[in-house]
Amino acid sequence: MKFKESRPIYLQIADRICDEIRQGVYPEDGRIPSVREYAAIVEVNANTVVRTYDWLQSQEIIYTRRGLGYFVSPGAREKIFTLRKATFFATDLPEFFKQLRTLEIPISDIVRMYEEK
Amino acid sequence: MMMEVKNVSFGYRGKQTVFKDFSLSLEEGSVYGLLGKNGTGKSTLLYLMTGLLRPRQGEVLYKGVNVFLRRPETLSQMFIVPEEFTLPKVSLKQFVSLNRPFYPRFSDELLRSCLRDFDMNEDIHLGELSMGQKKKAYMCFALATNTQLLVMDEPSNGLDIPSKSQFRRVVASGMSEDKAVIISTHQVRDIDSLLDHVVIIDGSRTLLNRSVSDICSRLCFDEVSSGELTGDELFTQPSVHGQSVILPNRLGEEESTLNLELLFNATLAHPEKIAQVFND
Repeated sequence: MKFKESRPIYLQIADRICDEIRQGVYPEDGRIPSVREYAAIVEVNANTVVRTYDWLQSQEIIYTRRGLGYFVSPGAREKIFTLRKATFFATDLPEFFKQLRTLEIPISDIVRMYEEK
Repeated sequence: MMMEVKNVSFGYRGKQTVFKDFSLSLEEGSVYGLLGKNGTGKSTLLYLMTGLLRPRQGEVLYKGVNVFLRRPETLSQMFIVPEEFTLPKVSLKQFVSLNRPFYPRFSDELLRSCLRDFDMNEDIHLGELSMGQKKKAYMCFALATNTQLLVMDEPSNGLDIPSKSQFRRVVASGMSEDKAVIISTHQVRDIDSLLDHVVIIDGSRTLLNRSVSDICSRLCFDEVSSGELTGDELFTQPSVHGQSVILPNRLGEEESTLNLELLFNATLAHPEKIAQVFND
């Protein structure tokens, strides 16, 4: 796995797992790989994956079954979709607006292009 | 504390001192990256830790026992893969049956899975391997000994491109809570995602000995264009994007990803400034 600078690796791994859940690699209520298995897949320290799983758990995307491992929460796909939309509005869109202003592009141009597509 | 290097002084016969009153402690459950410039004593430190060299002054303790006593119960719990080594001209199977009795926790399963991860089979002959293959075979044995302390000096040297990624996989999956792995290297990009602890040394001093999570909570690594410099940077270095910078990480800000090369350069250039950030 190739990591980008700046964004923490544990969140990049969380994104990767979310993608896999969205794509149905891990179905809802299906088991996901153990921390060590996933650390080997992405070639990182196991503690990094522990943080990823903690984060995913706090977002209620995965849950643990004692002694059995980690499972995809029911409704996880919908949850990921909602989370991603929120991130888009909170970070991607402001960045996009900033670019529009710097390049002096009126929003009406963008609206027209969006409707033509 | 698993390993304690206490006030150690050391120098090779007739040569300058390598370590002077040097101390360092390591705990289990971590993958340590040991970094330092050429000739600052990384390999020497690894040999001192594994009882291969005797300190002139001070002592090295493994679980409270002086390693230079070379007690079987100490040595059976540690394994070192030096940068260069020669292997006997025997088959891997013979090598394993001769050497495994020294390591009570030896695991056939680990050996098999490591060999598999490195695309090697169990029927190899150690006398007929290339340098890179020899290194991989020896690392497989090292991991299979399942010792609590595993020390590797420049492990990615001589490995081809796919093997470097296989190496990361092997170490990531062989790690457990009761183990410590120490990797010394100059090839920071080969291993940075594997580490959870960074140690930077220069002869007499430990310049930095911090967990990656500690480092990332105190420091922020970023790429900015040259016009965006604010003056708050602790360290800057030209890069393709403009400047690679280290900033103090203000509370509540999202963490960045550790840039080991940048941290290493910053620590060597301004050891006091970097140390200060962690003392506040």
